[in-house]
Amino acid sequence: MALKASELNVGDTYTETVVDDLKRTQIVMYAGASGDYNPVHTDEPFATKVAGYPTVFAHGMLTMGLTGRMLTNYVGDGRLTEFGVRFTSQVFPGDTLQSTATVDSIEDGLVNLSVSTTNQNGVEVAKGSAQARVD
Amino acid sequence: MADDNFNIEASHIMMFARSVGDGNPIYYDAEHAATTEPGAIIAPPTFVQASAQFNPNYGLRPKIDGIGWMGSGANPSSAIRPAAPKADSEAAKSEDGEKKQSGGGGGGLHAEQRYVYHRHPKVGDVLTSTSRPGKTWEKEGRRSGKLVFSESVTEYRDQNGELVVTATSVGVRTERPVDQE
Repeated sequence: MALKASELNVGDTYTETVVDDLKRTQIVMYAGASGDYNPVHTDEPFATKVAGYPTVFAHGMLTMGLTGRMLTNYVGDGRLTEFGVRFTSQVFPGDTLQSTATVDSIEDGLVNLSVSTTNQNGVEVAKGSAQARVD
Repeated sequence: MADDNFNIEASHIMMFARSVGDGNPIYYDAEHAATTEPGAIIAPPTFVQASAQFNPNYGLRPKIDGIGWMGSGANPSSAIRPAAPKADSEAAKSEDGEKKQSGGGGGGLHAEQRYVYHRHPKVGDVLTSTSRPGKTWEKEGRRSGKLVFSESVTEYRDQNGELVVTATSVGVRTERPVDQE
């Protein structure tokens, strides 16, 4: 279902929990699907003993992909025209992420959105914007 | 860099959508997809990242030709020595591993990713990508010294030469590893 410009207001928000208690297995799934096998994401001995991290951590692009699910659920299939984020903090196994889109403006059949994904401690892990076609 | 023959395939889209926890049937059910506005199985918004699968020289995939891999086997990192990574493993440090195997030096992080969708890739498309450097800029970081940002702009074109997705990736290199509070 696409959004209707006439039913949107600046400041409207849409939120989804995009992952609850992130499992290492989901990070493995993302590595396999995307082709990014950097061992810092899936290989505990490497991540801790070689790279010096507390444990493995999610690909930034997994966080962006999870955030994208919220967006496409909100704006409808095939409606996105732009989507971008900055990665502002690392995402670790066990994290629960909430993604929110906020309407910034509506014009010429397009809605401009602010996008933010935060973890269970309220720390923003991805921040950006998106644009979608509306009816 | 050019990734040719990025075949947009239904099973790949299904697996990718599962990996980002997206159960929308437009990503796996062709009959359902035919009833939607796009009219076919399309790719999720970040799917073109998976074009790495079609890059024969992608540095973050273990190779099958006896070339070493930096992951753990008998040892935490048995195949590739942690010090002095050379050009071959340069690509391997391209993303968010600022302390990884660089033996205390700075490294690369994936700072930002942006997409412009001219249309959404759909099953049956064969995309070709070309990348070029974008802007570079510097910033002084409190926790990691000088930060050098650099953009890479990748254009994905379809079998007819039409632009499908423009992707801009921003990497950042730090003067030293990020201080952990």
